[in-house]
Amino acid sequence: MSDVNLTAEKFRHVGKDLAKSQEVIRPSLTYWQDAWRRLKKNKVAIASLILLTFIVIMSFAGPYILPYEFDHQDFTVINKTAAEAPGHWFGTDALGRDIFVRVWKGTQVSLAIAVIAVLINVSIGIIYGGISGYVGGTIDNVMMRTVDVLFSIPQMLWVIMLIVVIGPGFDTIVIALALTGWGGMSRLVRGQVLQLREMEFVLAAKTLGASGRRVILRHLIPNSLGPIIINLTFAIPGAIFTEAFLSYIGLGLPVPQASLGTLANDGANLLLIHPYQLMYPSIVIVVLMLGFNLLGDGLRDALDPRLRQ
Amino acid sequence: MSNLEERKVLLEVKNMKKYFKVGHNAILKAVDDISFKIHEGETLGLVGESGCGKSTTGRTIIRLYDATGGEVIYDGMDVHTLNRTQLKDFTRNAQMIFQDPYASLNPRMTVGDIVGEGIDIHGLYKGIERQKRIYELLELVGLNKEHASRFPHEFSGGQRQRIGIARSLAIEPKFIVCDEPISALDVSIQAQVVNLLIELQQKLGLTYLFIAHDLSMVKHISDRIAVMYLGAIVELASSEDLYEEPLHPYTKALLSAVPIPDPTIEKERQRIILEGDVPSPINPPGGCKFQARCELCQDICREKRPELREVRPNHFVACHMVK
Repeated sequence: MSDVNLTAEKFRHVGKDLAKSQEVIRPSLTYWQDAWRRLKKNKVAIASLILLTFIVIMSFAGPYILPYEFDHQDFTVINKTAAEAPGHWFGTDALGRDIFVRVWKGTQVSLAIAVIAVLINVSIGIIYGGISGYVGGTIDNVMMRTVDVLFSIPQMLWVIMLIVVIGPGFDTIVIALALTGWGGMSRLVRGQVLQLREMEFVLAAKTLGASGRRVILRHLIPNSLGPIIINLTFAIPGAIFTEAFLSYIGLGLPVPQASLGTLANDGANLLLIHPYQLMYPSIVIVVLMLGFNLLGDGLRDALDPRLRQ
Repeated sequence: MSNLEERKVLLEVKNMKKYFKVGHNAILKAVDDISFKIHEGETLGLVGESGCGKSTTGRTIIRLYDATGGEVIYDGMDVHTLNRTQLKDFTRNAQMIFQDPYASLNPRMTVGDIVGEGIDIHGLYKGIERQKRIYELLELVGLNKEHASRFPHEFSGGQRQRIGIARSLAIEPKFIVCDEPISALDVSIQAQVVNLLIELQQKLGLTYLFIAHDLSMVKHISDRIAVMYLGAIVELASSEDLYEEPLHPYTKALLSAVPIPDPTIEKERQRIILEGDVPSPINPPGGCKFQARCELCQDICREKRPELREVRPNHFVACHMVK
């Protein structure tokens, strides 16, 4: 290393710029922007999201695409496939009603039932679980044991009992699903709250004199939202499936109302003669189930704070 | 500190106890009957090994925990008998800086909202005034006002700790409990943060209770130091006295573990190695807390708990053997 000649003159003291050392170069992203950025990388989840968006749009627009009412009967075209009855894209059913219109109307009803029921579930779950976890002690114990007892009875039994007592209908199914589904959500929220309330930022807020209300609204709930949303995307297909099952065993919506379950039930009766009548509602159910589950998977990865880079 | 006696006592802890119930019959005595005073403008260092009750002491003083017994008197009022509105006023005077800069900032709030939380809770400023105050605070702790709209995860540990400091300063407290504010940071950043704390103390006339387990750092910042062992204070003296003449056998062992940045002296350094582990604070034995690991232990140590006595002027020790 004889050719390297280092002398003090060759060096210059550049010092240290404190203001510069505090600079942050990375663009500012909120939690949700960051999650969206990660979700976009997941092709399966994005495909599911597009498919679900398409189904939701169709459930509202679909019934208006063809010039038929969902309960309009045309006795000249009974049990005809699309090829036999031009103008009816999915064919007609045993009462001469257009299946295309009925499938989308049914999707709309099924989605509405599922979304309303799950939103009520989540609200009850957040309030119940939040109180239980935040207050803690004996109250927590009593509240959680109550949940354990209530939800040790199979959900389907509850729902069937409630529907038999109140009588079938849109409202009844929503109420039945809402009353029987909040157990899991309240457990989830309680777990989150128990974990978060010992975190130092909650202690810091208390040190600053924050009220219990403020701690719950500003600190605990925003930080539990990720798991809650993931749970929600998994609860919606569950509710759709339960509704379909209830309609299938005859406890669903009264005629002439359509839901995915009643359509599948009607189609199943004629399965051996006219298989297309079961096919269309089944495809929508399958796509909805798969779409929500795959989207939920993607969201779980996107919202998991441990994956943040 | 010759003028120590003349200075006003800002905070006095009298026989404070904090017990936790663990299981059915077991009681964990995290803080067991401690008393000390903090004077206005002073920094009291609180040292001890992990699990000796340092953090519990800090948290009980500002009433994050309710004390099992004893009093905490701040400026003439007992903190543990305050009602809700009085407590809210008290929080304006006493704040805390937390240990873990990653857990102590809410990841869903912007830095501006984190720093401004105290301002919002106490309704100090609104609108543009609030914004200005937040910028002021960020600049006070060495950050830029551009940082206000960013989120905590975008900052390094040292920067986060500065944000935590800005948050506690937002409501202009007089007294701050620093709960190991530097132990989670890089050594190079530790000095920056400690110097910032010292600078703020001079600028704003703050009083600190500085909890730590890094002895050299504590010596640097503290006027007086209290050494804790198993929920009790074993020695309390000015930092010079404590380092020059440690009297309690535990303090001696603790100080013998501090490396000296001078190779010739360092070579001579004799470490006192303590036998055994810290006993469990659950249902501890009577008598002196240190009896199980003490070389000087006599019968009296097992029977009677030593009081904190003033052995030299302003140098307190809780040991039967020190004369």
